[in-house]
This record gives sequence, C-alpha cells and structure tokens, in this order.
Amino acid sequence: MKTVFKRTPTLKDCVTHYCPGCGHGIAHRLVAEVIDELGIHDRTIGIAPVGCAVLAYDYLDVDMVEVAHGRPPAVATGMKRTNPDKIIFSYQGDGDLASIGAAEILHAGHRGEQITVIFINNAVYGMTGGQMAPTTMIDQVTATTPRGRVGAEQGYPLQVSELLATLPGTIYIERCSVHDPAHIRKSKKALRHAFELQVDGAQGMSLVEMLSPCPVYWRMPPAKAMEWIENEMTKVFPLGRLKG
Amino acid sequence: MCGNEALAEAAIIAGCDAYFGYPITPQNEVPAYMARRMPQEGRVFVQSESELAAISMVFGASATGKRAMTSSSSPGISLMQEGISYLAGAELPAVVVNVMRGGPGLGNIAPSQADYFQATRGGGHGDYRTIVFGPSSVQELVDCMILAFDLADQYLMPVMVLADGILGQMMEPVVLEKKTSRELPAKDWALTGAKDRDQNIVRSLWLKEGALEAHNNKLQARYEQIQRDEVLCEQYEVDDAEIVVVAYGIAARIVRGAVTRARAEGIKVGWIRPITLWPFPTEEINKAADEFRIFLNVEMSSGQMVEDVKLAVAGKTPVAFHGRPGGGVPTVDEILDKIRQLTLRAKIPV
Repeated sequence: MKTVFKRTPTLKDCVTHYCPGCGHGIAHRLVAEVIDELGIHDRTIGIAPVGCAVLAYDYLDVDMVEVAHGRPPAVATGMKRTNPDKIIFSYQGDGDLASIGAAEILHAGHRGEQITVIFINNAVYGMTGGQMAPTTMIDQVTATTPRGRVGAEQGYPLQVSELLATLPGTIYIERCSVHDPAHIRKSKKALRHAFELQVDGAQGMSLVEMLSPCPVYWRMPPAKAMEWIENEMTKVFPLGRLKG
Repeated sequence: MCGNEALAEAAIIAGCDAYFGYPITPQNEVPAYMARRMPQEGRVFVQSESELAAISMVFGASATGKRAMTSSSSPGISLMQEGISYLAGAELPAVVVNVMRGGPGLGNIAPSQADYFQATRGGGHGDYRTIVFGPSSVQELVDCMILAFDLADQYLMPVMVLADGILGQMMEPVVLEKKTSRELPAKDWALTGAKDRDQNIVRSLWLKEGALEAHNNKLQARYEQIQRDEVLCEQYEVDDAEIVVVAYGIAARIVRGAVTRARAEGIKVGWIRPITLWPFPTEEINKAADEFRIFLNVEMSSGQMVEDVKLAVAGKTPVAFHGRPGGGVPTVDEILDKIRQLTLRAKIPV
C-alpha cells in the first residue's frame, strides 16, 4: 500500500476545539504544509490572535506567541526587526485584523514590514458569539444585527485587502477561499508564495485573505455555508490576486 | 546631558536591542536620540503608529529574547497599559520609561508625579505589579535604567522608570558606565524557532480550571521575593529627627533644599527618599516610625505615595501631606513653611 495523504509534521496530531464545518482546520493545515514544504519549521515564529484561533499554538508545532486583540502586526514588527533571519507570520481573523487591529495592519503594511499575514475572513465574530464584524455582509443576521446588517446604519463590508493593496509597502496580496478542493489548492499556492517572498527577503508585507465558513454563526449547515461563500461572499469579496 | 538623552544612552549601555516609541512631550528627546544612535550600534529603532503598537512591538522583540524598551509620557502610558498587562501575564521582560506630565486627560506638559498610583499598582487589568524606579537626578536615572534591564530579565516582568518633565529636560553631568552585572537566567523560553528542541509558547491565556490561579500565585511569589530583595531608598539625618520628610524624584531634590535650610534653623528634620517606588521601602519607614516623629509627605500630585507612607507608618505617628497637582512644583519656601508649622506640632505628642 502506498500512502498518498498524511498529516504534515507541523500540524499536531490532536483534536481541535473548532466547531463542525469551521474553516480554521483547513487553513491551519495549509499553513503547516507550506512551512514543512519550505523547510522553515525551525526558524518560523507564529502569532496567534484573539479570536477563535487564539489556541493556534496547540495545533501548529512551531514557536508561537498569543498577543493582545488586533496587535499581531505590531508584535510581528518587533520580532522581525530584531530577528531578520526568522520567518514571522501572523494569523488573524476579521475582527482582529479589520476592526480593532485596523491601525496595526495598515501601518505594518505602510512600513513594508517583511512579514506574512494570514487573514481569515468569515464575516463574523466567532469566539464571542457571532457578533457583526467589519466584513459582515449586508442583510447578514448576527447577534448584534438581529434584523440583518444595514449599510446606512452599520456600514458596509470592509474590503481590507483592497485597501492594503494601495500601499507601496505591500508586495503581495491575494484573496482566496477554502470552500471547495480547487480553491483550497489555490489558497495553498498563495500561502506558499507569500511565505516564499519572506524567505527570499523580498522587501514588503505579503497577505493572503481566505474566505472561510462559520456555519454555526451563519446559521446554516456546513455544506450550505460552502455554497454561501461561492454564491454570496465572493460577490462582495472577489477572489484573485490584488497585488504582486 | 539632559535626562532624556542620558536615559537613552544608558539603555544602549545596558544592551537594549530595540527601541519602539511614539512622539509625546516631554520625552521627545528620547526617540530623537535613539533614532540617531540605535542604527549606529546596529540595533533597532522604529517609530510606531501609536503607543498601543509601540508596547506591542516591545512585546514582540522581548518574546524572541531581545532586550527592548519604550518611552512615553502620561497619556501615552495609559494606552500602553494593555501591553504592560500582557507583558506581566506572559512573563516577558521590558523597560518602560514614563516622563510624567500633568493630568488627567491631555492635562499639560508640565512636570508631575501624578502617575504614581498607575505605576505602582500595576496600571492595567489583572493582578500584577511592575518594578518602579523614581530617580531624582540624571545620574540616578542612568543607573536605574541600567539596573532596570537586568531586573526585567531576572524577574521576567516589565520594569518602569518614572521620571518627570524636569528630570527629562534638565542637564547634569553623568558618568555613563555599567557598574554591575547580575547573573541572569538563560532565556530558554524565548521564541527563536524550534530548532533541535520542542516548540516554545509565550502566552497569557490560561483557560483550564485553576491554571490561571496557579499562574497568579507564581507571579505573587516572585513579587514577594522582589519586596524582600530589591528595595532601594536613601535616608538622611533620620536618627535625631522630629520630622521626617518623604519624597521621591524631583520633589525629593526640592525637599533636600528645604531640609538643609530647616537644619540651619535648628529644626531636627531628616528625609527618607524611596528610589524604588515598588517595591516600596515599607520596612524602613515603619522602623523610622517606631519613635514619635511627624512624617511629611511631599509630592507633585494631590497625594498618591502618601497612602503607601501611611500604610508603612501603620498609625504609629502622624503623617502630613503637602502636594501640588496639575504640573505645580512645590518650592523650597513652601516646604520649609510646612516643616516650621509641623515643629510646633512635634512638641506636643498626640
């Protein structure tokens, strides 16, 4: 018998705390695979956010730190500037990156920090119980938009990646999705490129946004959640390379 | 050198690998000096987008085992409390300088000592302390900076140096040298990449039942050791004194002038000057209160350290207070008048 698929070493052999149908498991695996394929396991430092992925260090077997809400790009700056030989990545959700940490991601990009940012966009705050995120879709029902998000009242879905792509300090930005195998493979390719740029010492920040399902707080079965990404989310958050 | 530049050079002597900061008066000479000097030394200087980011950058550098610092002034230090709490929780060393100005709010840019409570009570959320220095000369500021980096590494916690607008701006001759070095524990917890070892994790989240309580107890045990071993204070002519003036920082410099003049008038007065504000010289003050003496606490605030003095005196003798808030600086004459008034009281034991 030939093994055609196995756990990659940087992904720990354990059960995660993620809900059924959550996209974090897929994203974690892709990050771990890329780290192993590039052979950078022993010089990579990861930053876990506040949010559902706060325990990412329990699943990813690299040196990791857990930091204050929204601050991963600033922490990454402190790490990379003092350790230019290390590979630094932050793993952040939409609340962390696009709301409370909007200043930190903007200015890390603005300064052209040589870090890799993994941005998980599931259009909702998962950890705290499904509140509205900056990326929440119009009409999407959340704990804090019980009648659905209304643009004129709560603002429109924030396209952070488009915003960051305007900065001279960002070198590569791509929006991907994990809603089906073809898109998962594209996501991995993007992640690999983002890490490779840092390994090669390219001058600037790379970011991969991944549209990711949250069936529990989208109030739909996992399969429907995948369809919702394909049919609804990608209209507001179009997939593809935004820069680089 | 002016205090702000001297403290910056002291950090370089202490082996500070990285400085992160955001402009705010009256400490702007620090980042300006660091912007020039750190690259000369092949070290890191970054002007951050905010104080929130500055302290988070310090957190990042520190998590990799590097020596890192930031400086700010009162309103900026309030913003940094988030990161200081995280540093305390994650057991990371760091040096934070607060060149205090008047408050609350935007306040003013005059010298002040109004952040004593914030500094000595932790300042941010959670059960924690920071070691706090309150130097009273540019030389002592330099010496405290150098010691601060060692203490931060030894006890794995943020250390604050409280200066004020006067100390930051005034020029005094200084000797810039590292006089002592402590034996410090290896930073085997640092995030350096998991090469030939298991993964290292730096965290402040403890979800399992009882885990955070155990973590807090560990921190408290460390704080008790610091209270035992690291108190610094100066005493002057306390033995025969009927009045003991307690003051720190620049207020203590003014007190010294008043005490010298009072002694010349034949008043038996001495002083106790805490150099570490936390750990506080509780025992030293308590011992001095064994004999009947009136304590006079002088601060550039509405009365903050006076609470610690009262706790230390423990009701044994009276504690009087003279303070100037909002950037007011007490004069030698003011303090001398207060001492003269108290001599009348000192003759009639309560």
